[in-house]
Amino acid sequence: MVRVTINKEPREALVEPRTLLAYFIRDALGLTGTHVGCDTTSCGACTVLLDGVPVKSCTILAIAVQGHEIETVEGLEQEGVLHPLQQAFWDNHGLQCGFCTPGMLMTSKALLQSSPGELNEADVRRAISGNLCRCTGYVNIVKAVLAARERLREAQEEVRTS
Amino acid sequence: MFPYPFRYFAPTTPEEAFGVLEQYGDEAKILAGGQSLLPMMKLRLAAPGVLIDINGISEWNRITEDAHALTQGSLIRHSHWEHTHHIRIPLLYETAGHIADPLVRNRGTVGGSLAHADPAADWGASLLALKAQVHVQSRVRERWIALRDFFIDTFVTVLEPQEIVTAIQIPLASETDFTGARYLKLERKVGDFAVVGVAVTCSFNDQGIVTEAGIGLAAVGASPLSASGAESLLINHPLTSEVIQEAAERAAEECDPQSDRRGSEEYKRAMVRVFVKRGLRAIQADWENRLKKPA
Amino acid sequence: MSIDITESRPLGKAVKRKEDPRFIRGQGRYLDDIVLPGMLYMALLRSPYAHARIKQIRTQGALQVPGVKAVITGEDLAAMNLAWMPTMAGDRQMVLATGKVLFQYQEVAAVVAESREAAEDGAAAIEVDYEPLPVVVGPFFALTDKAPVLREDRESKNNHIFHWEVGDKEATQAQLNTSPVRVTEHIRMPRVHPAPIEPCGCIADFQRSTGKLTWYVTSQAPHAHRTVLSMVSGLPEHMIHVISPDVGGGFGNKVPVYPGYVCAVVMSLKLGKPIKWIETRTENITTTNFARDYHMSAEIGATEDGRVMALKVTTIADHGAFDAAADPSKFPAGLFSIVTGSYQFPVAFAEVDGVYTNKAPGGIAYRCSFRVTEASFLIERVMNTLALKLNMDPAELRRRNFVPPEAFPYLSPLGWTYDSGNYDKTLTRALEMIDYQGLRESQRKRRDRGELVGIGISTFTEIVGAGPSHTFDIMGIKMFDSCEIRVHPTGKVIARLGTRHQGQGHETTFAQLIAEELGLSAADVLIEEGDTDTAPYGLGTYASRSTPTAGGAAALAARRIRSKARQIAAHLLEVSPDDVEWDGTGFVAAGASSRRVNMSDVALAAYTNLPQGMEPGLEATYYYDPPNLTFPNGAYIAVVSIDRGTGQVRVERFVAVDDCGTVINPMVVEGQVHGGLTEGFGIAFMQEIAFDEEGNNLSPNFMEYLVPTAVETPKWETDRTVTPSPHHPIGAKGVGESPNVGSPAAFVNAVVDALSPYGITNVEIPLFPWKIWEILKEKGLAM
Ligand SMILES: Cc1cc2nc3c(=O)[nH]c(=O)nc-3n(C[C@H](O)[C@H](O)[C@H](O)COP(=O)(O)OP(=O)(O)OC[C@H]3O[C@@H](n4cnc5c(N)ncnc54)[C@H](O)[C@@H]3O)c2cc1C
Ligand code: FES
Ligand code: FES
Repeated sequence: MVRVTINKEPREALVEPRTLLAYFIRDALGLTGTHVGCDTTSCGACTVLLDGVPVKSCTILAIAVQGHEIETVEGLEQEGVLHPLQQAFWDNHGLQCGFCTPGMLMTSKALLQSSPGELNEADVRRAISGNLCRCTGYVNIVKAVLAARERLREAQEEVRTS
Repeated sequence: MFPYPFRYFAPTTPEEAFGVLEQYGDEAKILAGGQSLLPMMKLRLAAPGVLIDINGISEWNRITEDAHALTQGSLIRHSHWEHTHHIRIPLLYETAGHIADPLVRNRGTVGGSLAHADPAADWGASLLALKAQVHVQSRVRERWIALRDFFIDTFVTVLEPQEIVTAIQIPLASETDFTGARYLKLERKVGDFAVVGVAVTCSFNDQGIVTEAGIGLAAVGASPLSASGAESLLINHPLTSEVIQEAAERAAEECDPQSDRRGSEEYKRAMVRVFVKRGLRAIQADWENRLKKPA
Repeated sequence: MSIDITESRPLGKAVKRKEDPRFIRGQGRYLDDIVLPGMLYMALLRSPYAHARIKQIRTQGALQVPGVKAVITGEDLAAMNLAWMPTMAGDRQMVLATGKVLFQYQEVAAVVAESREAAEDGAAAIEVDYEPLPVVVGPFFALTDKAPVLREDRESKNNHIFHWEVGDKEATQAQLNTSPVRVTEHIRMPRVHPAPIEPCGCIADFQRSTGKLTWYVTSQAPHAHRTVLSMVSGLPEHMIHVISPDVGGGFGNKVPVYPGYVCAVVMSLKLGKPIKWIETRTENITTTNFARDYHMSAEIGATEDGRVMALKVTTIADHGAFDAAADPSKFPAGLFSIVTGSYQFPVAFAEVDGVYTNKAPGGIAYRCSFRVTEASFLIERVMNTLALKLNMDPAELRRRNFVPPEAFPYLSPLGWTYDSGNYDKTLTRALEMIDYQGLRESQRKRRDRGELVGIGISTFTEIVGAGPSHTFDIMGIKMFDSCEIRVHPTGKVIARLGTRHQGQGHETTFAQLIAEELGLSAADVLIEEGDTDTAPYGLGTYASRSTPTAGGAAALAARRIRSKARQIAAHLLEVSPDDVEWDGTGFVAAGASSRRVNMSDVALAAYTNLPQGMEPGLEATYYYDPPNLTFPNGAYIAVVSIDRGTGQVRVERFVAVDDCGTVINPMVVEGQVHGGLTEGFGIAFMQEIAFDEEGNNLSPNFMEYLVPTAVETPKWETDRTVTPSPHHPIGAKGVGESPNVGSPAAFVNAVVDALSPYGITNVEIPLFPWKIWEILKEKGLAM
């Protein structure tokens, strides 16, 4: 039996030791926002946050995350409000077919959390370089991440000044 | 895409891990970051009957330092060094950001990378340059092995089936010395293994004379290599362009690359030459600029 | 920045996409997200050999694996007359191998089990005895007498598939012979793969109780798939319901019918259970249709002042083991005859010979309207060679030869009628954006400093929107497309089309188009595609054909609705229909603009308050057969520098100016251009499916088949000129492919420009650093 906390909710399911985390999340827990796009740990479509750190869930055993915290794309929206990254991807046309998008969002979320300082275009490009996109050419994804960073900063300013 | 079935153990103490490993020996594989082992198991190129997941062993996840050496547990992940500048071992930071991609780096471990012994392993090259020692232990014995004696061939090391890499120790240069380093990697895209990787590190005394030098090479031999001949040309000299040129030529002779789709043998040798030269020049420039740097 | 979907008059505006809310929440419904009760999983066993006789297959081992439910082999399929299936190109292809295998990774057996893992375990437990046969890798060798005949099932005992030619051979040769300047270049476009991030897959769900097969499949052309499946399986077509759910990228990969699909259907028929098959990335790259693999030679004859006089092209096309090209029936080399490009050639001739080799089958239109990428790459590269030979600026050479604006409609020597374009204007805009004069100046300075800097231009013309049905069909089915629009009583609209988007944004752009025609906002129009039980018949989304064909159908269906609406409006306004005017968002009584009804008033009346004798309802369907293709075009400029130590190429700038006619949504168009340029960049610099002498695939997965990340990908600079298509209902041309078609030549021309002072006119793609370095070394430039 594998028990995890996923998007703040405790969940469990009985799976074989060889079950990969990506399939545990998709098939056993029914959260299909996490995608699988390759068999060589190359594409990042399967990216989730494991204890806050973005990892490729196709290359982690489900049984190995027993008791840990997982966050997937389904956990981004809070009480009906889109995460600033989700909003920014939408506003800036940061997605086309949408298949890479959940992975991109999770990697970007970790980036914004872990780098409170200045972020430039090159930083974002480096941070998302484990996530492949065949549709967008990345330009608008980068734009979206930087826009989300601005939004978050403005929101913090508001909290501080109020 | 899916591994063959296996039995899974997740020991939480070293003793437990050594015990399980001794019991299953050849049949078992250690699972560290899993970023090499699981891809191979998914493609069914590896099929261990038993997996021993060591991620729960906190002893192997620590970094300690004394006056002479830094010791890191084998479970330290690549990304740790991507975010940590160690002023006396800058090569760790310089290397980390070149390995695989950011997501793989969050998972893969330094010990796993060495044990896996991929000839293109970036840590292999860097830790050879740093003259690291590997701590290896089984239920019955423990030993320190110089990394330069550790790699035998492609994917083959001196590790016995019952042994686990528990720590890696890196000697520190004299505290009064200045140390500069570079990792230069030719890759076709992010996430690609090195076509050629070159790690260079030099410590200088206050006269600008090289007191310690290390050159490690990735993807130009059956395992990661050290260019010890080239290193010896640097020690006790200032990094003049002649010295740099000579060392670069020497390193290019010392490596042993194969022609493949990533380039001919000649090309790879030439890249070793170019990268050693560029790396040393950059380090020399760092030394010259050292006083300008804000503290 | 984008605008909200509730704005009126949305055509031409950057309306935020309607499909995004589900994708950003992870609520897209892609194929592998669908789980049906009792569903089983299928895996395929594939050949390790590129050419081998199958002596024996032992399946007992698989049946003993826990969870395995069934195994089928080629022999089993042969008993059902299903071992082979027709390809779209008029050839046939093995579903599961019988007798022998013809390429590495070919499908040999299918296993169904209770879990994905068990299905793979089962496949691994099958034992096959192979007797390896001599392998044919190179297409030129394939044509020699020494090569073994690969397709023993065919009547002709050689490896030649087809010869196709177009143009006036004699006149072209005569013109070449008298041309004062002649250049020849041999250009290869290697085998590449679309590799969308979502691989292909399907779920076949046959219900014995109803006799109905529901087939969920990653499909760019669901109706065509239904028809093909019906023809292959013998199931009556009305008992097949194809559903193409959200598709995670296609680029041509999801047009053909693949052996795995047929196996899943057979297994479902056999077991009466839903069968899911999802290919792995390795299976995707090694077996589903590749693209390109054209070995081309071109000769241009020109005058000394740079006017082109004749073009002759010969090509060997490597199709692999089966000709599974997804070309329209009459076009074995697709629309390759667009090869005269943007230039006024008085005469031209092109010929293509298709060849079998021991490689995976295919030849699809990867983000390309059927071999247009090959043609554009060729002409743009050879024009570059001509400029070098003449020592003329490549922009100037192009200008001298452009089809001028007043020449449209322009009949090319190879038979196409170009609809519209203003090539000079488009090029001028690109030159301005990049400051061409300044750039050449700085190039001179940098060259003096020993730097290798190059500027590459590509001014391509695409041909898209197949197509007029008198010329285009696939397996006999005419290549029209369709749209059905229903206006509900409250004035809200659902529209269904025969196309299937895979990221192009149809749910938004077609909503904008229809909303514009009906005076609504995009929010009022729901677009549905991909369900063959509800959508009208259409040929699907590929070859940039959706906007030219289904877009035309949508506009004309909407206009049908508007004309009925006008009658109803007249009734409501109590004036004669002739006295009703359309003001863009509603109907007004002529001369009394305060008397106004909008579409929702009319819609309600259509169900509640009709003029006497009028048929109730407000619906229309239109099957649009375009009178001609459309010809988008563009001018791209790349600036590169070469590292003399390593041979690495850095793209310093890239400017793309596209002309795709009327733009429905500029944000979506720009996004399409960014994506296509990135794919073109990958093709130019890092992608090739390579083989060794034994026919082993050397780039079977993403570790070797390289997809650019955000780090390598240049920052794209884009702009547009707008020359509407005169024959399309809204003047749109289609854009999805232009950047992929036009960009590879710009990159290569730039690299060649950097090296041209040293006598280099051609470098083969992909431009790996080692290749450039070999040149640097040879020319004494390596440092
Ligand atoms: C897409 C991709 C790209 C990559 N690119 C690069 C690259 O550019 N450069 C590079 O250097 N690496 C690259 N890697 C490999 C990556 O760095 C791995 O993390 C590393 O090689 C192995 O470390 P691990 O902790 O993941 O080991 P694991 O995968 O867990 O183990 C690898 C092997 O070592 C053994 N092992 C692990 N730990 C120990 C131990 N403590 N004692 C004894 N045996 C042990 C295992 O049994 C196994 O045989 C890439 C990986 C991927 C998936
Ligand atoms: S599925 Fe591609 S990296 Fe995980
Ligand atoms: S949006 Fe399609 S892969 Fe990124």
